[in-house]
Amino acid sequence: MEALRGFAFLLLLQAGGEGLSRLLSLPIPGPVIGLLLLWPVVQWTPLRHSLAAASQLLLSHLSLFFVPAGVGVIAHLDLVSAYGVRLLAVILVSTWIGLAVTALVLRALLGRAAPEEKRHE
Amino acid sequence: MNEFVQLWVYLSEAPLFGLTSTLVVYVLVQSVYEKLGHAPWANPVLWSVLMLGTVLVATHTPYQTYFAGAQFVHVLLGPAVVALGWPLWLRRAELRTRGAALVLAATIGGAAAAGSAVLLAWAMDLPADVIRSLAPKSTTAPVAMGIAERLGGIPALAAVFAVLTGMVGALSGKYLFDLLGIRDWGVRGFALGTASHGIGAARALQVHADAGAYAGIALGLQVLIASVLLPLAARLYAWLR
Repeated sequence: MEALRGFAFLLLLQAGGEGLSRLLSLPIPGPVIGLLLLWPVVQWTPLRHSLAAASQLLLSHLSLFFVPAGVGVIAHLDLVSAYGVRLLAVILVSTWIGLAVTALVLRALLGRAAPEEKRHE
Repeated sequence: MNEFVQLWVYLSEAPLFGLTSTLVVYVLVQSVYEKLGHAPWANPVLWSVLMLGTVLVATHTPYQTYFAGAQFVHVLLGPAVVALGWPLWLRRAELRTRGAALVLAATIGGAAAAGSAVLLAWAMDLPADVIRSLAPKSTTAPVAMGIAERLGGIPALAAVFAVLTGMVGALSGKYLFDLLGIRDWGVRGFALGTASHGIGAARALQVHADAGAYAGIALGLQVLIASVLLPLAARLYAWLR
């Protein structure tokens, strides 16, 4: 029941986000505004347990939710056969660049401010 | 035999088919993944997509028929993005002390991922709408679709690129970090969340609690940063040209 109540609230927050995004024609997608709206709602303690239960349930099965979109590749097999090798090369290289740059920048930034935070490791 | 064909036609037309096949395949693949001790190459998203895609192509089932059922799984991506606010809120103390470093790393890393994708795609002479669909690929699929729509790309294609990007990170992140000598679990998780969103974060969560928490922070930050900066970058580019 806790998780269900929390789930209803997550959907309400998403709907509120979609509404705001469209009304104000913001560049930010609805669910992202819903994420921002979650913070003030979480401050309200009676809802905190429900939101925690629903969030943990959803996030522990996050991989599953990507499957239908991923299967969508079969609707674009023409594009894949025309540009497949190039697309794969772009995705591989740019993802590695993204991973490496993020990790190296964060390590450098945290390394400078680290001494008192070493206990985290 | 004829009755069997009719039964198959009925079942594959009903929404039940897409929903059932998605869940059954995922549950099977996920249990194999757990048996194998979360080996990167056994990634459940990769194998679910491969198996379901093969079945659909082999049986000449159109994607629309499959999606009529699978959409009930797909819509959960929306509340899942909202739910990312929860791990962010739990880590609010860390966000306060390390916030500047995290936001800076997510911005630079995200820009490197999106910028290198656009430049490479442009250098390789890919069509403009494909390039626009590639730009938001480091954000989570539903957000990538929203951003691609605003950039003038193809949302469905953006979702596929986002899923592929997630799989690349989940499959190869470990080896890349080992190669670069990055041992801090927080940093590894944060990079996975930034460059390969939810699928990378799901992988980080399975590997180490710290990696998972930082991946969650990165995922939330990346979604915010990308949805503000990518449309701005596209506008700036159009204005310069």
